[in-house]
Amino acid sequence: MDFNFTEEQTMIRDSLARLIREQYDFDTRMGVVKSDSGWRPEMWAQFAELGLLMAPFSEDDGGLGGGPIDAMVVMEEFGKGLVVEPFIPSVVCAGGFLKHAGSAAQKEEHLQAIMGGASTFAFAYAEPRGRYNLADLETTAKKEGSGYVLNGHKAVVIGAPWADKLIVTARTGGDRRDEGGVSVFIVDKGADGVTTRDYPTVDGRRASEVYLENVSVGADALIGGEGEALPLIEQVVDEAIAATCAEAVGAMGVAHQMTVEYSRQRKQFGTPIGKFQVLQHRMVDMFMEHEQSISMTYMATLKLGEDPVERKKAVSAAKVRIGQSGRFVGQESIQIHGGMGMTEELAVGHYFKRLTMIDSEFGNVDHHMRRYTALSATDLKAAAE
Amino acid sequence: MNLEFSPEEVAFRAEVRAFIEENYPEELKGVGSREDLSRDEFLAWHKVLGKKGWAAPAWPEKYGGTGWTSTQRYIWSEENARVDAMMPLPFGVSMVGPVIYTFGNEEQKARYLPKILSGEEWWCQGYSEPGAGSDLASLKTTAVRDGDHYVINGQKTWTTLAQHADWGFFLCRTDPNAAKPQEGISFILVDMNTPGIEVRPIITIDGGHEVNEVWLTDVRVPVENRVGEENQGWTYAKFLLAHERSGIAGVARSKRGIERLRNIASTEVLDGEPLIKDDSFARKISQLEIDLTALEFTELRTLARESAGKGPGPESSILKVKGTEIQQRLTELTLEAVGTYGAPYVRGLPDDGSNEFPIGPDYAHYAAPTYFNFRKTSIYGGSNEIQRNIITKMILGL
Repeated sequence: MDFNFTEEQTMIRDSLARLIREQYDFDTRMGVVKSDSGWRPEMWAQFAELGLLMAPFSEDDGGLGGGPIDAMVVMEEFGKGLVVEPFIPSVVCAGGFLKHAGSAAQKEEHLQAIMGGASTFAFAYAEPRGRYNLADLETTAKKEGSGYVLNGHKAVVIGAPWADKLIVTARTGGDRRDEGGVSVFIVDKGADGVTTRDYPTVDGRRASEVYLENVSVGADALIGGEGEALPLIEQVVDEAIAATCAEAVGAMGVAHQMTVEYSRQRKQFGTPIGKFQVLQHRMVDMFMEHEQSISMTYMATLKLGEDPVERKKAVSAAKVRIGQSGRFVGQESIQIHGGMGMTEELAVGHYFKRLTMIDSEFGNVDHHMRRYTALSATDLKAAAE
Repeated sequence: MNLEFSPEEVAFRAEVRAFIEENYPEELKGVGSREDLSRDEFLAWHKVLGKKGWAAPAWPEKYGGTGWTSTQRYIWSEENARVDAMMPLPFGVSMVGPVIYTFGNEEQKARYLPKILSGEEWWCQGYSEPGAGSDLASLKTTAVRDGDHYVINGQKTWTTLAQHADWGFFLCRTDPNAAKPQEGISFILVDMNTPGIEVRPIITIDGGHEVNEVWLTDVRVPVENRVGEENQGWTYAKFLLAHERSGIAGVARSKRGIERLRNIASTEVLDGEPLIKDDSFARKISQLEIDLTALEFTELRTLARESAGKGPGPESSILKVKGTEIQQRLTELTLEAVGTYGAPYVRGLPDDGSNEFPIGPDYAHYAAPTYFNFRKTSIYGGSNEIQRNIITKMILGL
């Protein structure tokens, strides 16, 4: 059992932290968020240069030989800086699908482009009526000739406005919520029949509604086996959740620090408000929530390679805890900042907003509590039998 | 970073598991965290471990520790929790022992440490007073020098299991004129058989006799029983509290408690179905288990820092706060799970000559008293509010 980072991981953390400190300060970030494009491709190129985009991939795949822990390190720093660029959609999700199930040709064409930063992907899995059920799909892919024709509407596809390619989940068979019959495709965003409505999100990112109307793709667009992709999607989404937890940990830490610092400066009744015990204890509770979120993120990340039941329980436990902690830390940060916390001018509100939205990404507290509880019942039944 | 156990650690687990299976006293199986055991029952496992050399794994090897790594100690506590083992009480092994080997002189180490390890001498803690609870430094018990002796006068309270104790470690004021209340306190070891000591029981809300008042009237104690410097006792007292906190999380025991709770909820019936199938109850268990996982990994991170050479620091306050909150919620949910059979009062049974306890299922007997009793956990060892004050000062720097 070992909780130390490797030298490479420490190096990634340090160089990324420096880059964010020097080129991603709050004002710069707000300028980018309000710009037309909403991101900086040149920053993405710098991330690629630092090796971040290839860090979590094996050397066989052309990566640096890291894994989920490297993604965790990157995302914690992203969380601290409220970085908007699409590391999770492109590297963790699309890269994850290719890493686990991509053919040699798919890896050659797409994974290299992702790792080099030449191509960015978005992950189109959610649907307007599917909520957090990854199998609840109305989007269809019908076999036609050697390829497929896709129809459907994908909801809130984070990073899609910046992407040139999409990973799309669709039904090739089965009924709407069946476990079987789910497939994963690579779709060129410029393909005929793909239209998007792009918009900003409340936490400073960009997303799209993606409409697929008779979009033809070749057989080489299918990742993994036809109709058998749900376990693969669950694996990749669990990896994305672990990385999202790391981002939340980064954001929570900064929100807490800012709040403690503010309580030292802000005076009321002739004394810094940080001298009031009622506020001190709340800030201690924030500290404890943050510490436990770190622990849960380590736990989930380290268990991504376990068997599916263990992995899902670990990831759901982490997402529940992080959802609850993130909400608590976010809300208390605003409260202790008082009226200033309500202003757009102060950074703390933006950390609050990001933490709020993280709960609804890849399943909220209720969803993961339900999944955890169902899996515990399975465990109990297995033990009884 | 990884969670794997090395082949040596896997072998270690097998070794300690086999040892526990072969040696854990049959009559103690399943007593859990009950406090109404006899002195012999409390000490039975301690004495076995003392012979084996495993009574105080965390001590330095030269004083009788095992030299185990933090991971091995974690495995050890997990394996003991599997059988609900009655572990050596903390007063000797986790409290006064570390103070003696850290601040005591060679004579004191030779005199006291072996008998703590063997379980031959039982210790109690003379800290709190009627007027000094969370504000421990306001204590008033005095120790006045008279030749080669201190003469101690005062009253201690909440003294856990003092009715069995051979020795006590007492905080006494040796300089009433010190500038600050923290100064002028000394740490003194007292033979509980000394004339002038009276132990009076306090019955708590669970009906048990676990804590006591200890009255000290002209108790003469040799000066050589003082640990460390005169008037420096507060430093040793704080050191002890940090040690006390680090063992206080009780992760392995709570894990076992959740397992027991699941079994109860699988047996209890609601609308013809096991209670565990009730969504709202099942989710309460899930939440508790998730929070326990967070605590477990926080403890593992703390242990890793400790094994990197850093002693228990203010972070151990998190373990105390979260660990006790979880223990309390566990007893609360267990009481909820047993339903109305939480009501019969096990200690109030009329003596009708029957040696059976016929009312309700076994697992319900102690559910309510344990729940009542465990309200103590967020109060003792520095109340959870005091822990928050410590984190405020030591970590947040406010």
